Amino acid sequence: MDTLAPLVLLAPLAGFLVNALIGRQLPRRVVGWVGAGSVGLAFLFALLILAQVLQGQKLDQTYFTWWQSGDFNVPFNLYVDALSTLMILVITGVGFLIHVYSIGYMEEDQGYSRFFAYMNLFVLSMLLLVLSGNLVWLIIGWAGVGLSSYLLIGFWFERTSAVLAARKAFVMNTIGDVGMIFAAFLIFLNLRVMDYTAIFGRVHQLPKGGMVITAICLLLLVGAVAKSAQLPLHTWLPDAMEGPTPVSALIHAATMVTAGVYLVARMHLLYDWAPTAAATVAVVGGVTAFFAATIGTAQVDIKRILAYSTMSQIGYMFLAVGIGAYAAGMFHFMTHAFFKALLFMAAGNVIHAFHDDQDIRHMGNLRAGLPITFWTFLVGTLSISGFPLLAGFFSKDEIIRAALNLAGSEFWLGVLALITAGLTAYYMFRLFFIAFGWEWLSRDDRHLHEAAPIQTVPIVILATGAVVAGYIPVSNFLSPIFGNPVEQNIAVVIGLAALSVLVGLAGFGMAYLLHARRPELAVAWRTRLRPLHTLVEHKYFVDELYDLVFVRPGLALARFLNDRIEPKVIDGAVNGVADFFLVEAKEFRLIQTGRVRSYALWTLGGAIGVVLVVAAFLGYLPVRLG
Amino acid sequence: MPVPAYTFLLLSGALFTMGAIGFLVRRNPLVVFMCIELMLNAVNLAFAAVSRYLNSLDGVVFAFLVITVAAAEVVVGIAIIVQVYRAGRQMDVDGLDLMKE
Repeated sequence: MDTLAPLVLLAPLAGFLVNALIGRQLPRRVVGWVGAGSVGLAFLFALLILAQVLQGQKLDQTYFTWWQSGDFNVPFNLYVDALSTLMILVITGVGFLIHVYSIGYMEEDQGYSRFFAYMNLFVLSMLLLVLSGNLVWLIIGWAGVGLSSYLLIGFWFERTSAVLAARKAFVMNTIGDVGMIFAAFLIFLNLRVMDYTAIFGRVHQLPKGGMVITAICLLLLVGAVAKSAQLPLHTWLPDAMEGPTPVSALIHAATMVTAGVYLVARMHLLYDWAPTAAATVAVVGGVTAFFAATIGTAQVDIKRILAYSTMSQIGYMFLAVGIGAYAAGMFHFMTHAFFKALLFMAAGNVIHAFHDDQDIRHMGNLRAGLPITFWTFLVGTLSISGFPLLAGFFSKDEIIRAALNLAGSEFWLGVLALITAGLTAYYMFRLFFIAFGWEWLSRDDRHLHEAAPIQTVPIVILATGAVVAGYIPVSNFLSPIFGNPVEQNIAVVIGLAALSVLVGLAGFGMAYLLHARRPELAVAWRTRLRPLHTLVEHKYFVDELYDLVFVRPGLALARFLNDRIEPKVIDGAVNGVADFFLVEAKEFRLIQTGRVRSYALWTLGGAIGVVLVVAAFLGYLPVRLG
Repeated sequence: MPVPAYTFLLLSGALFTMGAIGFLVRRNPLVVFMCIELMLNAVNLAFAAVSRYLNSLDGVVFAFLVITVAAAEVVVGIAIIVQVYRAGRQMDVDGLDLMKE
């Protein structure tokens, strides 16, 4: 296993180097298959690792010491256990399918090799993030993910909106990076180590629930919140839809946004030791899940709805890891990877079919035009809405059940999660009914074309995953890390499942009534709830709020500094010094006559002066110096 | 009767003063040059005398060094003077004031 783990990293690294350095000279087919193939290769290695992990093996192997200063020691070590194995399997597996899809989706694009180079860099960073065995390399992977997301969101850099979105994502992520780095500082200051094994071994030296451990966990949470687009650092995620659709799939499903969940799960010993911080995680997650779901109900851009849906689902995962149901959170991460990648890529096909129009109100008639996309999207919608026996049903129920089992504030978060489940069903079916045009809504004769097999086969595979992934015993697989799953009373399980199905059905019924059966009702309700609808449609005006609180004062300050401080104070000081010397030097310049003899006289005078001073010091003159 | 050492220093000082004054008052570059040589050799004389007085060779070594440097300096200096003359400039030190402010 100690050779397999680096190979998982080296495969996408090789793909990245090939495509970045000589990609422009290679034919497009080669570029695409190098990009996808390297991730596929990494997936094969990950499968081999899985086989060994299933036999109970673990790995914490140091390959070299990166740097050392005093007792600050940064090794390059890889840490493979069930958790990181699950992560690399999803990253490389779903990532591979997304890469294959991209071969078709990006076919017409100018920057074909650039795209695959960035994608491989993205996968590489994410794999480094989850395989690293110490905080420093985790942060390097963390920053690498931020960088490659910046590059990919701004991939179409000739569009202003894409550049702005990329910048926004980068700024938000940097806020998180700073939190992470400060957390690393605190950990080193208090524990004097950077690698996981040692950190986990020493964390119990800190007082439980004390200031230090709580501060560490909260700072880590800042990083997780920024990367996973949770409140209040979520605003970059919907804007990140400016990137090509496969990028959205990659960011939302396999990589990036789940990094925060991974971080909390990986650091679960720390969070167990800081109950306040863990509760904060749960609150952030639960509130974000509900908050994002409500926004999702009022959007009309197909990718934005899916973006808010991602936020909401990641909120579920945060809720789970916050209340200590780590296995449930990771389980939902896995099922979510399947159905969200599927939804995004299917949405990509739809967007292509409508010539890059993303407004769901302009879509329709997709069952006839894009049958494969239609049915797979339906599967994804059912799965995310928690349709019984599909993947999303199991994982989401596990989280809601875990939350409802706890007394106190977590119970209310569980109730919130249950309501969110209904909202999820509502906004997903609203999207489905409007965009995919159920027959009774739209009978048009637009001739739509289904995407090429290279774009539909990955979706079909993912749809299979979205159906069956719920039967994978993730909790048992992760039990070496998080302990055995708590045995549940079967009646409680079934009762809660029935309850969540009922809530989901209510959401579905609402969507059916308002957007399929009687659309005029939707219009009437929208008018009646005008203020509320406006609030939700504008995403609770968070962007506007940030604009008002941070951007505008920042700009005003910058303008003030530029118009007042810069010319007067900075330039004034610099130019003042220069002017002073210029004026003073004007007098002294006159001694530069250019006449050798006058220079010689000065020299002679100076020499005599030096001799006199030395003589005076040595006592040869009647004057006494020194 | 041995000549006392200070007489050499007096001679050296006199020669140096003559050189310095000549340097300052004469305007012909060649004469200025000779004055420089005079000063250098005044210093050489002081080196040699003190070296003898102290029974040490250090001063003599310095004198040789000064002679070498003076030779090199003459080569460069005369070459410059010749070039200036060729350029048709007046042979007057005060006229050569291109370096003025």
